Amino acid sequence: MSLKIDNLHASVEDIEILKGLTLEIPKGEVHAIMGPNGSGKSTLSKVIAGHEDYEVTEGSVTIDGEDILEMEIDERSRAGLFLAFQYPHEVPGVSNANFIRAALQSRLPDGEEIDAVAYYKDLYAKMDELEMDRKFTGRSVNEGFSGGEKKRNEILQMMMLEPKYCIMDETDSGLDIDALRVVAKGVNAMRSPDRGFLVITHYQRLLDYIVPDVVHVLYDGKIVKSGEKDLALELEEKGYDWVKTELAAA
Amino acid sequence: MSQDQATLDAVTIDDSGDFSFPEDYQHDAGTGLNEATLDYISDIKKEDDWIRDFRKKALKIFNDKPMPTHWASKDLENIKFQDIRYYLSQGQKPTRSWDEVPDDVKQTFERLGIPEKERKFLAGVEAQFDSEAAYSNVKEELEKQGVIFVNSTEGLREHPEIFRKWFGKVIPTGDNKFSALNSAVFSGGSFIYVPPGVKVAHPLQAYFRINAENFGQFERTLIIVDEGAEVTYMEGCTAPKFETATLHSAVVELVAMKDAKIQYITVQNWSNNVFNLVTKRGLAHENAEIRWIDCNIGSRLTMKYPGVIMKGRKARGEVISIALANDGQHQDTGAKMIHAADETTSNVVSKSISVGKGRSTYRGQVHIPKHLKGCKNNTECDALLINTNSRTDTYPAITVRGNKHATQHEASVSQVSEDQIFYMQQRGLSEAEAMSLSVNGFINDLAREFPMEYSVELKRLIDLEMEGSVG
Repeated sequence: MSLKIDNLHASVEDIEILKGLTLEIPKGEVHAIMGPNGSGKSTLSKVIAGHEDYEVTEGSVTIDGEDILEMEIDERSRAGLFLAFQYPHEVPGVSNANFIRAALQSRLPDGEEIDAVAYYKDLYAKMDELEMDRKFTGRSVNEGFSGGEKKRNEILQMMMLEPKYCIMDETDSGLDIDALRVVAKGVNAMRSPDRGFLVITHYQRLLDYIVPDVVHVLYDGKIVKSGEKDLALELEEKGYDWVKTELAAA
Repeated sequence: MSQDQATLDAVTIDDSGDFSFPEDYQHDAGTGLNEATLDYISDIKKEDDWIRDFRKKALKIFNDKPMPTHWASKDLENIKFQDIRYYLSQGQKPTRSWDEVPDDVKQTFERLGIPEKERKFLAGVEAQFDSEAAYSNVKEELEKQGVIFVNSTEGLREHPEIFRKWFGKVIPTGDNKFSALNSAVFSGGSFIYVPPGVKVAHPLQAYFRINAENFGQFERTLIIVDEGAEVTYMEGCTAPKFETATLHSAVVELVAMKDAKIQYITVQNWSNNVFNLVTKRGLAHENAEIRWIDCNIGSRLTMKYPGVIMKGRKARGEVISIALANDGQHQDTGAKMIHAADETTSNVVSKSISVGKGRSTYRGQVHIPKHLKGCKNNTECDALLINTNSRTDTYPAITVRGNKHATQHEASVSQVSEDQIFYMQQRGLSEAEAMSLSVNGFINDLAREFPMEYSVELKRLIDLEMEGSVG
């Protein structure tokens, strides 16, 4: 049982960004992807989620053996894939509570309705964990939210939807240390043998809080190096040039 | 096969109200418009001479007035006045019991949920099928308080002392070409009178249904709310889809006496070949309040600018409107606020949604003359565009003379971006659901102004529109 990416090639406007990326995240594990700017980190998350701007030219992505590349964006979500956005979008006029409820409702068979009382109980409990004010339920999705509030909101949605595989795209960007701690607490609480995480980040800092099982280095559209969590520290210390030099020498 | 079964079999039904019954009309004025058409209508209604003259004068004005195409859509030229049937009815007087309504007509309204709504939350209902009301009823306790709620034919015949005093006074025949047309051939519509101090707690509702092809519906509504009285009136309109264009041209006049309140709510969902050209205006006396809440979905071309003339000191006027223009539709809507006394206040909030090749236009007119003081106007118009082919125009005209007034105007145009839809789909919503939710979010603050049952209906209509609009 895993999120498996095999020899993935993807382009945007005929420029190839991912050049044969292979990666497997078994359930129960947290994998981190680090890489310099322009290495293809954000492209990877959008391609897996199914953004229309990206064209997959080769390779496959499967969830527990099921090919998701032929699925619509929403089908992938309902199949258990969650993407915590680097820049979460605003949905004016739609309250957070209604949005999350609609997302949960979309997972139910026709004719079945969410139990409102149970839903709010669950929502409030998770908001408490993330130290979010109750007012968030009534505010429009991400509208007028600070950077930190937006990221917390992503984690809240993740907690509510209980996905099988979570991709976190630079969740640490724009977070102060307190917010980072709260967000990490939420993620760590979700770690389970039934769930896999792919944490994409530019900096090692996040990985102090969300400790990965495996660290991968993405460079020029491919995974060039994988290792244990110490690899992140090594990267932090030596910088990405170290990887580049190593690659050039090889 | 029994006739009822034959009727049933001939009906095609779907959720959008796109169904019609085979025609079996007792009275049909035939196609075309001339004095004989008016005589035909007057004869059936057994009208007095003054109203016959009123109709004939109106026809002359209609013929003399040019189409307003110098500012309005050229599409108006495609209305073939001589191909339209101006009066169609099954001859019956409106009944007070659904049991007595002819089966096919009753089924139409049952399909549209009217009897059920009446039981649940309405104080009175009138249901018009083509030219005449088939059903009209008001709860007994209101009748005892002196509330009159009948169709305009009955109002004219049985309450001439009130009817005649206000009829054509708020909107004169010659106001525009279509108010003249309506004045010539009007039939049906509601007549309401609420006596002083009576506050009608539940809404009164009228439902207008076009069933026949090549038909023009010209209802005429007159609502008079006496001193300190209050009423909420709601109208719903639908028509099935026909090959040829259908015309709906109503005139609605409201009179709110001192301290009275009128709330007039419209939810229309015309099929997309209806020309919907409606004149609506209210006259607000001292400290009276008139609110138009207007929701326009469907039609080929809608031209509608509800207005309030604030005639008495401290009178208030409000227009809240939502328009949704899908492919092949043009919603040309707005508001008209005429301040004619000191300390009068008006508020206009308009939201339009253009989808695909749909087009929305906002036209506003706010007039505050120099000799007045302490008048206030607030105008907000927001447009939402869904995909790049949509078009939206805003023509606000705010004339404020003198310096003792306060006006405020805001306008915005926004788009539902692909990235917003991507974000929502990533959470599990289908593209259509994401669009629907975005559109409902855009109008959310206005939808709250609708009674519960209507905001649910509004949401359902928007869901239906958005379902059809994504590939």
